[in-house]
Amino acid sequence: MNNARNNLTTVKRTELTFLEKLYVPTLWSGLKVTFRHFWNTLFRGKVVTMEYPEQKWTVPEGYRGAPYLVKDTEDRTKCVSCQLCEFVCPPKAIRITPPGPAVDPTTGNVEKRPKEFEINMLRCIFCGFCQEVCPEEAIFLQKDYSLTGVSRSEMIYDKEKLLALGGVHRGPIMKWKQKADEARKQDAFKPE
Amino acid sequence: MSTPTTAELKPAPPPVETIRIKVDGRELDVPKTMPDWQGKPQPTTMLQACAMAGLEVPHYCYHPKLPIAGNCRMCLIEFGTPMMGPDRKPVLNEDGSPKIARSVLPYEPDAARGAIACATPISPGMELYPSSAATKQMREAVLESLLINHPLDCPICDQAGECKLQEYSVEHGQATSRFVETKVHKPKQVDLGPRIMLDDERCVLCTRCIRFTRDVAGDDALGIVNRGSYNSIAAYPGRQFDNNYSLNTVDLCPVGALTSKDFRFQMRVWFLKETKSLCATCGTGCNITAGAREEKLLRFEPRQNDAVNGPWMCDHGRLNYKWVQREDRLSTVISTRTGSGTWTGVLAEVAEVLRNAPKGSVAMVLSARQTNEELYLLNKLAVLCGAITDSIAREGQGDALLVSPDKNPNSNGVRLTGVAYTEMGIQIPKIAAGIRNGQIKTLVVFGEDVTRHGLEGDVLSRLDHLIVSDVLPNETTQRAHFLLPGCAHIEKRGTFVNVKGRLQKFMKAVEPKGDARPEWEFLGELLQLLGRPENFKSLEGLFNQMAKDTPAFAGLEWSRIGDLGVNVKL
Repeated sequence: MNNARNNLTTVKRTELTFLEKLYVPTLWSGLKVTFRHFWNTLFRGKVVTMEYPEQKWTVPEGYRGAPYLVKDTEDRTKCVSCQLCEFVCPPKAIRITPPGPAVDPTTGNVEKRPKEFEINMLRCIFCGFCQEVCPEEAIFLQKDYSLTGVSRSEMIYDKEKLLALGGVHRGPIMKWKQKADEARKQDAFKPE
Repeated sequence: MSTPTTAELKPAPPPVETIRIKVDGRELDVPKTMPDWQGKPQPTTMLQACAMAGLEVPHYCYHPKLPIAGNCRMCLIEFGTPMMGPDRKPVLNEDGSPKIARSVLPYEPDAARGAIACATPISPGMELYPSSAATKQMREAVLESLLINHPLDCPICDQAGECKLQEYSVEHGQATSRFVETKVHKPKQVDLGPRIMLDDERCVLCTRCIRFTRDVAGDDALGIVNRGSYNSIAAYPGRQFDNNYSLNTVDLCPVGALTSKDFRFQMRVWFLKETKSLCATCGTGCNITAGAREEKLLRFEPRQNDAVNGPWMCDHGRLNYKWVQREDRLSTVISTRTGSGTWTGVLAEVAEVLRNAPKGSVAMVLSARQTNEELYLLNKLAVLCGAITDSIAREGQGDALLVSPDKNPNSNGVRLTGVAYTEMGIQIPKIAAGIRNGQIKTLVVFGEDVTRHGLEGDVLSRLDHLIVSDVLPNETTQRAHFLLPGCAHIEKRGTFVNVKGRLQKFMKAVEPKGDARPEWEFLGELLQLLGRPENFKSLEGLFNQMAKDTPAFAGLEWSRIGDLGVNVKL
């Protein structure tokens, strides 16, 4: 106890000058800022506030907003239902229903896509782990930060909604297309 | 209560001939021979010796229960043997220890030459280096070669999470690929049989599936076709890979080439909660691991028990789980007399009926699908009411490998607990006659549709009281006056005795639906209502009590059964 007390450093309070004790100069310097903004807003049209929600803030690049699913340039759902995001999601906001055993001819060589994909936006903490873990570049944190609804169930976004909000991702890597093209080329190859 | 342990009874094992070797510089005595896949003694291999030293040698094609192929090369390790002089005498170091000649390539004495640990026998004085730099380099090279044409489609592969290629790549592989050429494309989504889907691109050609189906299942259906990097697994032309053991190849496949159509794209394996249980489809009682997520059963996999099923199980038993969670499963407790729908109400009514029943007016038909503990309690109930009891035999087709002709999982439990001492089902005609002539007024049925076994609907309609417990609806449950929804074995704990007299316990994998409760729970309450309070609080207590009261189980305790079960005297 004593040792702890001995280690304490005492900071001496500086004595205020007469003017400082009056507080009037400090008040005046604050009021100057207020009056400057008042003048600028009223007569020079320089607005510092926004009419939210009619006006919205332009979010910077790399902002972590709500995660949405994206499609590729061929209108294909990029998600393959690998469920890594569901596994990594800290608040357990994501729930994926895998497609099951039936062979879906429309998936082509990708074989698999989610039957259902739900994100509970009330649980989501916008951490971005889902985007980081995704091996298919199928989910991205986008710029929406203000999500509202009138019921809890409305805040669980399903696959349709997430894809509609997510839009198209134009990435240079088209893994599955490249694989399919390669396989086609090999099939078509006829040795002399 | 003292029971002689098995160790005391057994005579001392004959001395095992051992060989002294060194593994990573540590001296070790290993037996000269070890049982091979069929149990015959064979010279101990390097892989087995390393395992005894506590070092796992990575492997794909080697499996302890399959003949050795030695084709994947993953288990290559560096080794050395005692150097021999021209006079065939060991060359010694200065300190007198034998000089070891490390194995090297014939014309490159600086490069280590590995040997496949799965098929190379050890010899006296041999030194194994499973952790040396050269061994590591060999593993890296083998993995690189295996990954050349691998499609790397782990995100859509069902094996991801339990894939040996993934595991070894992380553990022994290189971080990046040097392969820049186009990969060879092979057939994908190949329909190999009614239960198996094949992806040839993922295959590492270990031939485990071929050896299993040829040598264990006895159905030589698979083979490798095409040459070089176009090698691929295929079924014999015009044939389906459809034997009753085909799904074992899915477990055997170290990669995602063979996948189960039933489990395909159902759930990633890391979400599954795995429970040690048993298969209840026939009397063999194969040990299984039940995989479930969020109370939904998704797959059964065999769990190795060399005293019962080895590492295998049949496809029929493996896929026989869907009925448990059917939509129409019984989930409400009902008394049609008063319309009561609570356990307390219905059990009180049942107790009233049984208490007032005159001796000889009660009969019980108890299924051999109930656990020993339940049969024990039901037998107590029968003694209390002076009831006549019987069970129903269920015969079917068996096979030479695992499937038993007895389709009840607990026929021996029925005999050992005293529900049916002799042949099952011989009392049924007596019960039917008793009901017809008005002597039997109350029938208790557990887990059987008696309308299909000699007590037809018109017989049941003569009863005053029909008390039924079951899992799925049938004609008997429809006619029940008191319906007590029970549990499938996968929804409760308990023990079965298989056809060979092995007592095995199983754990609860999923919650029962609705009102359904384990039978032993409400049977204990029923006995209490009838003035015979039981002093068990849990299934463990009930089992220990049953073991005390039943001669066949004398000396057993729940905590001492273990995961693999114990043999009891039939």
